[in-house]
Amino acid sequence: MTVAASEAYGRGRFARARRGYDGVVLAVPVTVPYQRYSIEAAPWWMGKALRALSEGAGISHREFDGFSVASFTMGPDVAIGLTQHFGLSPRHIDHVPMGGAAGIVSIRRAARAVQAGDADIVACVAADTNRVDSFRHLLAGFSRFSQDAVYPYGAGGANGSFALIARHYMDTYGARREDFGKLCVAQRDNALKNPNALMKKPLTLDQYMSARPIAEPLHLFDCVMPCAGAEAFLVMREETAQELGLPFVRLLSAIERHNAFSEDPVQVRGGWVVDRDELYGMAGVEPSDLDFVQTYDDYPVISMMQFEDLGFCGKGEGANFVRSNTFTIDGTIPHNTSGGQLSVGQAGAAGGHLGITEAMRQLLGTAGGTQVKDAELGIVSGFGMINYDRGLASAAAILARP
Amino acid sequence: MSSNLLASLASALGGGEVRIVDLTHTLSPDFPVIVMPPELGQSAPFRMERISRYDGGGPAWYWNNLSFGEHTGTHFDAPIHWYTGRDLPLNSVDTLPPADMIAPACVIDRSEQSAKDPDFLFTVSDVAHWEDQHGRIPERSWVLLRTDWSKKSGAAYANLQADGAHTPGPDAEVMRFLVEERGIIGLGTETIGTDAGQAGHFSPPYPAHHYLHGAGRYGLQCLTNLDQLPPTGSLIFAAPLKIQNGSGSPLRVLALVQD
Amino acid sequence: MTEPLPKPKRKNPLARTNQPLLPPSSRSRKAHGFTRAAAHGRFMLQRCDECGQYTYPTRDACPNCLSSNLPFRDAPASGTLLSETQIGVTSDPYYRERMPWRAGLVKLDCGPTVVAHLHGDCGGPGSLLTLSLQLDRAGQAVFFGKPLSETPHMEDDRQLRELTADPKHRRILLTDGRSSLAPPLVQALKKAGAAKIFVGIADRWKPFDGRAALEIIEGVELVDLDLTSERSVQDLAKDIGAKVDILINTADHVRQVHLFDAGAAASARDTLDHTLMGLMRLAQAFGPVVRSRGADGVNSAAAWVNVLSVHALSSVPQFGIHSASQAACLSLSQWLRHELRQGGVRLMNAFAGPLDAEWFQTVPPPKLAPKTLADAIVDGLKRGLEDLYVGDVAKDLEARLLDNPKAVEREAGQ
Repeated sequence: MTVAASEAYGRGRFARARRGYDGVVLAVPVTVPYQRYSIEAAPWWMGKALRALSEGAGISHREFDGFSVASFTMGPDVAIGLTQHFGLSPRHIDHVPMGGAAGIVSIRRAARAVQAGDADIVACVAADTNRVDSFRHLLAGFSRFSQDAVYPYGAGGANGSFALIARHYMDTYGARREDFGKLCVAQRDNALKNPNALMKKPLTLDQYMSARPIAEPLHLFDCVMPCAGAEAFLVMREETAQELGLPFVRLLSAIERHNAFSEDPVQVRGGWVVDRDELYGMAGVEPSDLDFVQTYDDYPVISMMQFEDLGFCGKGEGANFVRSNTFTIDGTIPHNTSGGQLSVGQAGAAGGHLGITEAMRQLLGTAGGTQVKDAELGIVSGFGMINYDRGLASAAAILARP
Repeated sequence: MSSNLLASLASALGGGEVRIVDLTHTLSPDFPVIVMPPELGQSAPFRMERISRYDGGGPAWYWNNLSFGEHTGTHFDAPIHWYTGRDLPLNSVDTLPPADMIAPACVIDRSEQSAKDPDFLFTVSDVAHWEDQHGRIPERSWVLLRTDWSKKSGAAYANLQADGAHTPGPDAEVMRFLVEERGIIGLGTETIGTDAGQAGHFSPPYPAHHYLHGAGRYGLQCLTNLDQLPPTGSLIFAAPLKIQNGSGSPLRVLALVQD
Repeated sequence: MTEPLPKPKRKNPLARTNQPLLPPSSRSRKAHGFTRAAAHGRFMLQRCDECGQYTYPTRDACPNCLSSNLPFRDAPASGTLLSETQIGVTSDPYYRERMPWRAGLVKLDCGPTVVAHLHGDCGGPGSLLTLSLQLDRAGQAVFFGKPLSETPHMEDDRQLRELTADPKHRRILLTDGRSSLAPPLVQALKKAGAAKIFVGIADRWKPFDGRAALEIIEGVELVDLDLTSERSVQDLAKDIGAKVDILINTADHVRQVHLFDAGAAASARDTLDHTLMGLMRLAQAFGPVVRSRGADGVNSAAAWVNVLSVHALSSVPQFGIHSASQAACLSLSQWLRHELRQGGVRLMNAFAGPLDAEWFQTVPPPKLAPKTLADAIVDGLKRGLEDLYVGDVAKDLEARLLDNPKAVEREAGQ
């Protein structure tokens, strides 16, 4: 299936071997602690992140000659306007409106820019504010297809759409709520070790099972909590990091794929399937070599799909894979070690960057309470943009300790 | 001399020896109007639409726009109203000689007969009977036909049946007689028209209209309070609106009565 | 199994009347292709004229061949339920009052997958469904999935009733009891379960034949209503305005005069007073209270119906003044529809061909039996439609106007 899919979608007849990401590194993971609601605007959170990047790198923010931004709430501004807001003068600029895939897409673009010398230091920033009632407006006007064909049907937002995907996945592959619950409970356990997580109370499987329904079969703890916050990091060449004396992690490989498998009547897989052989091939590693996994966990069913689509198990085996593994920091598969969006909170477009900064800390050895012992190699995945009935964007990257 | 006369009248009005009787119905939207076959033109009923009432349309004042046909409510018929009077001089309400607006009245009571028969016809013999008691009808007098029809309302007042309205009124001969032999100034009735409800079947049709207006005389209809007038001795004030080329108009009809 | 809708209790006078809210109403311009289909009770989808594929959601280019030639075409309305959910939580105020809400993903037999509202009697995933396009409370088109065959009390389904103006348990005002339409309309509404039917009579002092027959029907109450009198209309609204759940304006005024006749202007004024101004007076008196009761329980205000002539759509010289008045009424009804929509109340225009009644005596057949029109109006209410073309003449004119309005204009009066 993978080979056929690769032929259909991935390697067109003009394809050639991709160039590697040799010499590209990530440094200075930044998290601006989240708040459930904020009276501030998105640029306030971006400014905090940029300042933390500057302090972390020990240079002025004016020396960032690349700027890549992701946000749902920065309107009416676009990236270029923000350069004036923050006093930046970049020669590489990017706005990546791809939701949960934005972080990895930013890395890919920044990596090629620094590799080619179009930029030296790219600041990748994702930030969103969350005002009372702003989430409703975001849902109502998310996309034309969503506005025309989804939101008027009960206005469930992403919950309603993923409920349809989850119900179908459960019906088709025999996954149970308990299986999703196991992932959520493990992530909560991880989150209790992360001071930045908004969720501070332990979660039991009983509590998970008996929580109030949000959109059947999804219940309260299947859903992320929208909040305000920011995540950021720097992309640069290895020599630049060394010159600045910054600890860094290496980018081994990265993929992205959009609107794959549009013929599937209901989404059961993401675009990772098309490109995963290349992902592991470029990095020269196997799934079993990875010390931790940061999936995009807007809903646990999507994490389960990523286990399948990123090659940890076959299609439809996600539930069994979950049943036969443990996912806490000390588990057989350390997963969403920060607690993930489900327990840290979803700061809008920063949700896709959360796994990246957490992966960087794991590999830099600065993860503190959530540190996986001897973590040297990890995978981080992004997913997003439920434009109509399915998430369109999928992306993944493999990062390594130098 | 004349100033003394008016002073005496004023004094009599003040002292109550002379009463004013209002012979007018209130103009309201639900007062019946004459009905024509629906494919013909219709008289607009009385309508009142607010311009403002101390509100956004006029903060300190109250006023309305009115609309109605010329022959609505208690109203006056001028000679030009009927084809027989179309070529007469001074035949519309605006040219009506002011002298004709004040005239004495003879009130002929046929209320009992009308109560028994809605199609009661007022005839020359009724006039003769009245004249036996009260003397000859003077020239240029109003003849007011009392039927007490004004005490009815709504459907009973219009009394429309499948074959048309059934209301009392004059026959053709009495109209010819009153106009030609007595020289009356006009006929006043309590019903919707000066003619009887079934007068379309008379010869000529609608004889009150035919003879009155053909001779330059007038009609008053939808009168009320005729039961408060004596058979003779009352003075009628009937001044229609001065509408250019108007065929009639609603008006206030007042009667002076000396007790 | 749908629970039969219980007869609503009398309103608690101490309770606040629930204010109407609307479901999300933003749509792209293209999506209004569905609005047209739903307004007329049709099931249509965009279908590529070049490659023949149906597509959804609405697009500006075919994803299969990139043709921009994507007209809305009638489409088969059957499909299979792929997945479903009961939405329990939303930030949208309208749906928040109506939780839980059943919605599903339906694979249409003609290709596309649609999100649809689901009838309570639909089976789970794998079930075969019939889809329809309905107008929701915001006046926007939505897909609704029903079981293939009728189920008991199907029309009482909570979610479906939001998408219709079913007369069941509702109180109706017919504005003109003298209309030949009144008797069959009263019968049809009673059969549909209307709780009460007020029938307006102008000029009670003018007798009419049908009066006795109307008066003896249980649930019918004759009320004074003269559309040419502002006071009459206002007075009735003061009495029963808050009890009118469906208002059906049956008033008409047909007079044949020639445009150059001396009395034509007076006749036009008279006709406009009965029709256009009558509708205006009704709208002013009943519009505010009807709009405010759009979410007032089982017997909330649901619809306003104008019975219009197809002459509204293109003038017929023999009925020139009537045509002008109906066109004016159509325009006013669109204004009124906009206002009522804010209360979740729908406005339906029933365009009728010449009725088999006195004022169209000289018109050759086919003519529309009043009963046919009455049944179509009640059917339209049950289906929640917005525009009805009733009878052969009306349907013919609709089709011809769509084809070539200039031809209709030239051929009129020939």
